[in-house]
Amino acid sequence: MSAAIETLGVHVASSVRTDAPPAIVLDKVNKWFGALHVLRDVDLQVALGERVVVCGPSGSGKSTMIRCINRLETHQEGRILVDGIELTDDVRALDAIRRDVGMVFQSFNLFPHLTILENCTLAPIWVRKMPKKHAEELAMEYLTRVRIPEQAKKYPGQLSGGQQQRVAIARALCMKPKIMLFDEPTSALDPEMIKEVLDTMVMLAAEGMTMICVTHEMGFARQVADRVVFMDRGEIVESGTPDQVFNDPKTERLKLFLSQILRGH
Amino acid sequence: MSDITANTPIHGSSAPRDAPMATTGLIAWLRANLFSGWLSTAVTLLLGYLIVRAVIGIVDWAFINAIWSVPLSPTGVAQTQVCRDLQGAGACWAVVTEKHRFMLFGTYPYEQHWRPAIVCLLFIGLYIVSAMRRFWNWTLIPIWAVTLTAIGILMWGGVLGLPYVPQERWGGLPITLILATFGLAFAFPLSIVVALGRRSNLPAIKVLCVVYVELIRGVPLISLLFMASVMFPLFLPEGMNIDKLLRAQIAIILFAGAYLAEVVRGGLQALPKGQYEAADAMGLSYWQKTGLIILPQALRLVIPPLVNTFIGFFKDTSLVLIIGIFDLLTAGKTAIVEPAWQGFGVEVYVFVGLIYLCFCFAMSKYSQGLEAELNRHRRR
Repeated sequence: MSAAIETLGVHVASSVRTDAPPAIVLDKVNKWFGALHVLRDVDLQVALGERVVVCGPSGSGKSTMIRCINRLETHQEGRILVDGIELTDDVRALDAIRRDVGMVFQSFNLFPHLTILENCTLAPIWVRKMPKKHAEELAMEYLTRVRIPEQAKKYPGQLSGGQQQRVAIARALCMKPKIMLFDEPTSALDPEMIKEVLDTMVMLAAEGMTMICVTHEMGFARQVADRVVFMDRGEIVESGTPDQVFNDPKTERLKLFLSQILRGH
Repeated sequence: MSDITANTPIHGSSAPRDAPMATTGLIAWLRANLFSGWLSTAVTLLLGYLIVRAVIGIVDWAFINAIWSVPLSPTGVAQTQVCRDLQGAGACWAVVTEKHRFMLFGTYPYEQHWRPAIVCLLFIGLYIVSAMRRFWNWTLIPIWAVTLTAIGILMWGGVLGLPYVPQERWGGLPITLILATFGLAFAFPLSIVVALGRRSNLPAIKVLCVVYVELIRGVPLISLLFMASVMFPLFLPEGMNIDKLLRAQIAIILFAGAYLAEVVRGGLQALPKGQYEAADAMGLSYWQKTGLIILPQALRLVIPPLVNTFIGFFKDTSLVLIIGIFDLLTAGKTAIVEPAWQGFGVEVYVFVGLIYLCFCFAMSKYSQGLEAELNRHRRR
């Protein structure tokens, strides 16, 4: 089975910091959408510098879980701590958390009425109160790192999907977050464009960014992840290193999922 | 017709050719749209005949057979028998020639008509300046403040050597423009606040906004004007008096605000949820998110219904006739009350209608230009 999931390249060295407190703690988190129990007793700890890939069938609650981390969804039971700060209804704590947690969405969510440069400088100027020139230099630096500096004056509608997603990554990075959340970043892209986005994410991982990534790209998981977490029907079923999860699945559900993924390859 | 190029490559792909004449240009358009079949041809000819007849009739009535002025008797009464003899075959534009100053300025003192005339020009200037995007920053506030003060000084007088003219004597186009401009200038920000409030999570604000919108939308504007005119004074303490025009203005602002609020709310709803989420995820505060991300996009989305409502309310100002305020339309109506001019309503309404048409069409055209410009980011 291991041969069927190819890696994108050399496995990125681990940058887990065991000396620092965990970046994210989910402690017995439960969430309901009305009567539907979408997250059941989710326990997860992510260390600083760790890279976690979350996979699972659709409807398993993976997106809901990471959206709870920056409170785009609210959990009903349990505790979530980000960088030591607990997520509650306190607005100021929430703003502090959101400043340090960057998110990349499946549908990019760039602001269509602003240029690429303005998209990237918006948050630094208005949230971090950076002067405009400084913010623009920062934005150009990150746009260069994601390899699209020449598009800075264009509008999102003029870019391809892969380019837009890279801009979204640059936009999130401009806030210099401690943690990056990726919610199926390549699921809305054409196959030719998936590679350019994954390359950007690998580069990010190599720099030691704490990442939680919900994705179906198993090759990426193999190359980058310190830990793979498999979720099904709202609970974490198995978790372990990519080797353990892909080569040695212990539960029937994971075996079924892997066989379905492989059939698709 | 152009020749097929001779250097067609041997391996099959041919260079592009000009389209044959019958499928492009005017002839092709006519064939496709007007004469595409027997039925279409018949309808085209019938409608063409009707249109030509109508146009000839209108040109006859409005220009060829029209009378442009009538003599005045020694006592200053217009001798309109000449017009009446036409019996509708031609327009009697003399009513406009004679009465246009009354229709435009109402009962304002005759010698002081230059003041409301300048006021109308100031309003038009204000619209033009406000419409230009390069003034869309804080400089608009002093521009408006200065212009509106100048308008107030000109209309009221009493200072700078201008004789005082009480509000009861104001009328005509300045009244329409005052009611429309102040009405929409205050109603629009109010509507944005109400629309945002209706989507708020705070129950008190949400209920307040819902009640406001539903109550106001539930009554006709006429009844609201009537209530404002009659009931307001009952609720106010003794001796305190808000003048009639202000009461009508407040009623129009509240009414327009409710309708515009629903239009804005439509725009807020149409915006994809991802935009709200991306703004939240970046840590923007509520007002930063609303001002930088949400409103610029939501308002662009609803420019057509917004302008629609603006145009509608511009004309709804004519309803203030119910409380005895002389706007443009009412002044027009009153102009033909005089026995000499009775019965020439058509010419008066055409004249007044043309003035409304100028303003409303300008708004419409402007909105199209604005839409095209603001949505440039959507074009690839």
